Amino acid sequence: MEQLLGFAVPGVPYGCAYAVFAVGLVLTYRATGVFNFGFGAQAYASAFVFTWLVEDHAWPTWGAFVLAVVVLGPGLGLVFDRFLFRRIASTNTTAKIVTGLSLLVGIPALLPMVFGNANLVGAPSIMFNPNTVYVHLGADVPVNGMYLSAAILTVAMLVLLVLLLQTTTLGLEMRAAVESRRLLELEGVNAQRVTATAWAVSGLMAGLAGVLLAPTEATIQAPDYITLMVAAIAAAACAALRSMPIAAVAGVLIGVVSLVAQGYLPTSSVWYSAVLPALPFIVLVAALWVVPGLRHLDEATDPLSSVDPPPPPPVARVRGREIDRVVRTGWWLVLGAFAISMLTWIPRAWETVLNQGMAYSVIFLSITLLTGIAGQLSLAQATLAGVAAFTAGQLAMHAGLNFLAGGALGVLAAAAVAMLLALSSLRLRGLGLALMTLAAALLFDTAIFPAQSVSGGTGGLSIASSWLGLPLLAPDGHAYFVLALCVLALCAAGVTMVQRGTIGRFLSAMRGSEIGAAGIGVNLPWQRVLVFALSGALAGVGGTLLAIQQTVIAPGQFNYQLSLAFVVIVVTAGVGTVEGAIQAGIGLVVIQELLQYAPQRLQGLTFVLFAIGALTYSAHPEGIVELEKRRWTARAERALARLRSEPAPATASGRS
Amino acid sequence: MTPPVLELDAVSAAYGPYRALFGVSVTVLEGATVALLGSNGAGKSTVARVASGLVPVTAGRVLAGGVDVTGKPAWRIARAGIAHVPEGRGVFSTLSVEENLVLSLRRRAGPRALRHSLEQAYLRFPALAERRHARAGTLSGGQQRLLSLAKVLVVPRKLLIADELSLGLAPHVVDDVYRALGDVQRAGTALLIVEQSIDRVLSIATSAVVLDHGSVAYAGPATEAADVVAHVLAPRGRPQGADGAMPAEPRVPRGRGWRRSQTT
Repeated sequence: MEQLLGFAVPGVPYGCAYAVFAVGLVLTYRATGVFNFGFGAQAYASAFVFTWLVEDHAWPTWGAFVLAVVVLGPGLGLVFDRFLFRRIASTNTTAKIVTGLSLLVGIPALLPMVFGNANLVGAPSIMFNPNTVYVHLGADVPVNGMYLSAAILTVAMLVLLVLLLQTTTLGLEMRAAVESRRLLELEGVNAQRVTATAWAVSGLMAGLAGVLLAPTEATIQAPDYITLMVAAIAAAACAALRSMPIAAVAGVLIGVVSLVAQGYLPTSSVWYSAVLPALPFIVLVAALWVVPGLRHLDEATDPLSSVDPPPPPPVARVRGREIDRVVRTGWWLVLGAFAISMLTWIPRAWETVLNQGMAYSVIFLSITLLTGIAGQLSLAQATLAGVAAFTAGQLAMHAGLNFLAGGALGVLAAAAVAMLLALSSLRLRGLGLALMTLAAALLFDTAIFPAQSVSGGTGGLSIASSWLGLPLLAPDGHAYFVLALCVLALCAAGVTMVQRGTIGRFLSAMRGSEIGAAGIGVNLPWQRVLVFALSGALAGVGGTLLAIQQTVIAPGQFNYQLSLAFVVIVVTAGVGTVEGAIQAGIGLVVIQELLQYAPQRLQGLTFVLFAIGALTYSAHPEGIVELEKRRWTARAERALARLRSEPAPATASGRS
Repeated sequence: MTPPVLELDAVSAAYGPYRALFGVSVTVLEGATVALLGSNGAGKSTVARVASGLVPVTAGRVLAGGVDVTGKPAWRIARAGIAHVPEGRGVFSTLSVEENLVLSLRRRAGPRALRHSLEQAYLRFPALAERRHARAGTLSGGQQRLLSLAKVLVVPRKLLIADELSLGLAPHVVDDVYRALGDVQRAGTALLIVEQSIDRVLSIATSAVVLDHGSVAYAGPATEAADVVAHVLAPRGRPQGADGAMPAEPRVPRGRGWRRSQTT
């Protein structure tokens, strides 16, 4: 018993943080209809500012707590509401998820730039001294100040919240606002104020969770917060994103049970090394399978939704014949010039960079296919790329297959994993599907990729010795460039063919309306499995290409945070078109390379830029780069028409 | 003379690029009952939504009790005493019956009188009392309409806008709903009733407005409205059918388009 308690008590801060995270997620989702992926970033921001004030500027702990948690937390929530989520209240789930994700990707990259200090160490504990033992549970279980303050603050927060929601009119109004803000307004209630209050309260909880967790780690790192948030999502999912008390209990249990199991399991077993770190994600997958409430998350409930104007029709990509000819010729010229330049004058360093960009482009094409064409949001594309790369690598190391032949098998493996993913989430859509893919990505990240037998540990797998025709693809020649260009061209052509063919019509019908598509006889489950398999294969091709280019494959190249960033990047550049994916791939590496010349402080700028771009997704689902291209095309059309002094053709515009 | 409880002055409105109303004027005097008639897609529901602030106007003015409320958010207009029961479902289906009533009554009756108001509502509608802890979404369609009316009945407002209250209800349930409307009327509340079943509504209305293609085709005493409706609709040779289809060529082309209201 004493041993059990000894293992359980260190789990308390984690459990409390999970609980606060989970309750905050449920609160935002219930009161505003937004599943706030930015929650982890909010918590990180508060922890960052708190530690920065105390350690770097010698503020008293309470002062820093007030500013970082009580002021900054709700402030961030209000800013998110006012400037982002209020504007997209009636858009589809994908737009809301993408907006949250861009906050999750952008804020952690932005903070070190603003404060100029990425490494904050030694966060203080609030309320009680972490080094003082206040209570002894039994003879041998010390409870220090950190555990005590975590438990007290969490319980106080949860009790206050339950009181707020169950006994006050505000709580009633929050619950009503979820169903229909308009109906609530007809009752004479300012629905915007109700929603803003919910955002402020959840921001306060994010700040509290962040500060509670700060002392448990040596340094304040954004990835820790993001991983913890995903673990907390598991607790929220157990409660069907509905019941806050269940979410809180599940959060505490996940935190405490992990640490207890950690104490009892032998450290050499696979349970300890693989299953235990993945426990929250296993819980998440199980909840998505079992909890029925998660299958109907996105169903519209607002009886007054017909008040909204109908969504604008997708902007037709019609170009006049002359412009079209110019643009096409232009593309071929750019392609030719690119190939010739790469083979002749471009310096080696930049050729490597652009090669990498082409490999990324292939991975991004998988997102174009899945999200842009079929309308399914997957947060596991980097993982699928990794599956192919590691399979190919292992086949090269052990079976003696060269990397290209192994790569083909790796691509099949990635497609198989993607199909399994689709099959296991057939009953989920929208948010549920996104969470399932996120859980799968984290399962691979924590339980499979780090294993010695898969990736050779954190150092990664060197494949330099198992290439096909080593001298040909050697880094000095242009062979890799030719290979990458051919593969990219083939993949782009393939995606275009799928988009224009029968499957593409089915998929865009599915994106438009699942019910409508089923009504005209589209086999939805089969289409979904098919598009996941194709997209997994594409991601696999890109992953293998990237592996050949880098010659070393490590788990860090394919982690889930990259999957999240990938979605944000592709959405910015244009998720509906093949050019969009290529622009995204090349743009990503070029911006990153250019930043090498910028001050160290600005290194995170790439993600900030793309995150800002993705924030416009709800207004311009075609991507801002694509939008600008269309505007310029339209301008060119008008200029041409003026030149000939005849009226512009009716179809020739990107204006809607 | 007191100003009219609601006055729409040459109001135009649109859903995005689709124009729905073209300079519509409607006046509801204190305690009056105005029937708003017209075929499907004529703009009846849009008039109701403009009056309660759900749909912004693109031109014209909206006055409530003589005060200009053009462009004000819906909750401000609701607080000014205008209740709008939207067509279809007008209750919070995830909240219980009692929570629905509390949400509405607490602000208007005040926390002290809340208990008393609730009892009054249950006394008037025993069917609601039986199911007070059930989710409102599990009530039958007729019970949901009665729940919407109960809120207005217990604490009278200046104006009730009732949109297609009888739609999809069994005849004897429609009787119940109209009985409740009569009670609302007697409590001194003015009514603006959007309705498809003309005879029914004209039997309680004092005046009527007939809409056609988003414009007013007739405004005047209710007694003559039935003839006007028949006259307005007859030349098309098309009965006021379930599909409410527009004639192939509108008599007067106005603007870029129109929008069929979602009455199903």
